[in-house]
Amino acid sequence: MDFNYSDEQTTLRETLQRFIDREYDFERRRELAQSTLGFSAEGWARFAEFGLLSLPYPEEFGGFGGNAVDVMLVMELIGRGLLLEPFLSTVVMCGGLIRDAGSAPVKRTLLPRIGTGEIKLALACYEATGRYDLSQVSCTAAPDSGGGWRLTGQKTVVLDAPSADYFLVSARGGLGVSGVGANGTAANAAGANAARDPRGISVFLVGREAQGVSLLAYPTQSGGRAADLRLDDVRLGPDALIGAAGEGLAIVERAVDSGAAALCAEAVGIIAALNEATLNYLKTRKQFGVPIGKFQALQHRMADMFIAAEQARSMAILAAVYADSEDAAERRRSVSAAKAYIGQAARLVGQQSVQLHGAMGVVDDVIVSHYFKRLTMIELTLGDTDFHLGRFSSALMG
Amino acid sequence: MDLKYTPEEESFRAEVRAFLEAELPGDIRGRMRLGRRITKADLTRWQKILHGRGWGAVMWPTRFGGAGWNVVQQHIFEEERADIGAPPQNAFSLRMLAPVLMNFANAAQQEYFLPRIITGEDWWCQGYSEPGSGSDLASLRTSALRQGDHYVVNGQKTWNTLGQYADWMFCLVRTGSEGRPQQGISFLLIDMKSPGIRIKPITMLDGEHEINEIWFDDVRVPVQNLVGEENKGWTYAKFLLTHERTNNAGIGNCKRALKKLKEIASRQTANGRPLLEDSRFRDRVVQVELELMALEITNLRVLSATADESRTLGPEVSVLKIKGSEIQQTIAELQMQALGPDALPYLREALEMDWVADPQFAGHYAPYAPPLTGHYFNMRKTTIYAGSTEIQKNIISQMILGL
Repeated sequence: MDFNYSDEQTTLRETLQRFIDREYDFERRRELAQSTLGFSAEGWARFAEFGLLSLPYPEEFGGFGGNAVDVMLVMELIGRGLLLEPFLSTVVMCGGLIRDAGSAPVKRTLLPRIGTGEIKLALACYEATGRYDLSQVSCTAAPDSGGGWRLTGQKTVVLDAPSADYFLVSARGGLGVSGVGANGTAANAAGANAARDPRGISVFLVGREAQGVSLLAYPTQSGGRAADLRLDDVRLGPDALIGAAGEGLAIVERAVDSGAAALCAEAVGIIAALNEATLNYLKTRKQFGVPIGKFQALQHRMADMFIAAEQARSMAILAAVYADSEDAAERRRSVSAAKAYIGQAARLVGQQSVQLHGAMGVVDDVIVSHYFKRLTMIELTLGDTDFHLGRFSSALMG
Repeated sequence: MDLKYTPEEESFRAEVRAFLEAELPGDIRGRMRLGRRITKADLTRWQKILHGRGWGAVMWPTRFGGAGWNVVQQHIFEEERADIGAPPQNAFSLRMLAPVLMNFANAAQQEYFLPRIITGEDWWCQGYSEPGSGSDLASLRTSALRQGDHYVVNGQKTWNTLGQYADWMFCLVRTGSEGRPQQGISFLLIDMKSPGIRIKPITMLDGEHEINEIWFDDVRVPVQNLVGEENKGWTYAKFLLTHERTNNAGIGNCKRALKKLKEIASRQTANGRPLLEDSRFRDRVVQVELELMALEITNLRVLSATADESRTLGPEVSVLKIKGSEIQQTIAELQMQALGPDALPYLREALEMDWVADPQFAGHYAPYAPPLTGHYFNMRKTTIYAGSTEIQKNIISQMILGL
């Protein structure tokens, strides 16, 4: 057992925290959230300088050889600072997917460019009516001449899509002319059940500028950006397939799990920040002639929030430690346990921080409401509490 | 004991329903159904329609122009009103100020102000909270100094709801500094067009403009706009709060919201089936339904008891306020949760009446979806306003339990 950070990890934390303190206060964050891009381009360049964008990749691909625990400590600070940059999508989920499933040439081509900040990616893995089910894939990949593919379909609420240069898209097909779903019409022909078949899904790299790609972009409820993605007969070359054909579900699931573990850490950062803000408010806001923190009912509430924060932190550590596990069952179990638990802790701390701030908690120009909204969205991203409870309890039944 | 409605009450319900079906304008109904923005013009138009039928103030006694309905009739009306998607009437005017005027104002004030409320001519807002006086309302500092036949008002109010629309404000001001803080408060009616009033919007967490800060800089208010006696305002203020909190139970709204939740959960899917078939989610829906079933009966018990005993409402309304606000919050939360990932987009333009989803991406965003997340955020206010849940629990422990 070792719960301490290494020297390198401590240095990384300090570097990022210093950046946030100096260049990313609440006012700046609000400006960025309302800007066209929705985050700081300079900030992204600084992340590259700090080595954040190449953190979890092997050194042979220009990376720092970090792991999910390194990602955890970065995400915690991202949460605390309410940062808007697409680190989760580009570095954790898409970069992680390429690292874990990509061929050596793909890794050599893409990972260094992610590391320098040259390209950003978004994971397009959810579809309308699929909720959080990664196996619901109606998007099809039909074989094209020359060994390539033609993609058609729609993906919904693709996080950080508007700024992405590439999308990683799950689609049904990709096995070649004789394979399952190879004619690209299996899903349409057999209806919803075929669309939820865990087999026959592959992952493709699609350029933003490719012919037939269109986006419906929008802000998210917590200040980020997302889009629905429409693919109309998008022609891809043979090298667009990432990972083994037909193994796409396991590949995407692993990437989403690493993302969920990272979101747990982000939530822990926000929970800590909210507890600090709320504790400070209890000590300074006076009513009936005394600081409201003198009232026992509020003291006990704050104590519950403190306990929730500690428990949430423990679960985020669990998720981070097993997010990289090669044992998929162990990884799923740990990540779902953490995401379900932290979803509930986030709800308690988010709602009660608002409540204890009174009307100050429900206005836009106080940071508390922004933390609350981000926590709420985290709970609903990459599987909500019920989804992960269900996944954990299903695993219990074997 | 009988929980069934009588045949007379059932035919009364049919009459209410028929009126609402016939007279509620379709555009307002559409906006309400989809959770889109409702304007002051909508509300005023609806108030005038109700007034035309003689139902402009169903909770008022007939001698003030009300419909004089008993509590069961009012309950039925409120249920049907919410169910069909008619907007709520201005509670500040009809349910909060009006009872104060009826009980404590002089005849001239009653004759001038009450008819203008029922016709929808005047829009009232509330001037209670101040930056330093929220839960501890009695510590308020906005001052009113008597100068001849006027009061001169200086100070600041905050968390004022929809004051941007208001013609008038009922306002708590400090007219005396002797004794306990409660003793020097007066209840003033202030014309919002008076020189020296400055109003500044506060954007709420859902991005909407619902509340305001208001400053008073030497605002002159005629002494005839004082309600009751000088320095007795706290009594009237508390009387008003009791009425406000009863209204907060919002049974009709909760029932409508629960129905909508079930509709949404039937249309959203999980694992290829309607979400409502997922027992984990359905149990959450059912749990809040049980709370609401209990509250509906509790609400009727409280209102019937006060009517039977011919007394005013007491601290038991705190039970209604706590439960009603929590139920509203839970339903709003489940409506958002039902959307899953579709709860994330912030489609602000979708709150406008004429919004339609981009046909290129049609089929994704159900018309009901875009407002739900903002609504969940917004509903956090309900356990804070009108006396926070913590204050209500203090009232129950002190006034009912004697602790």
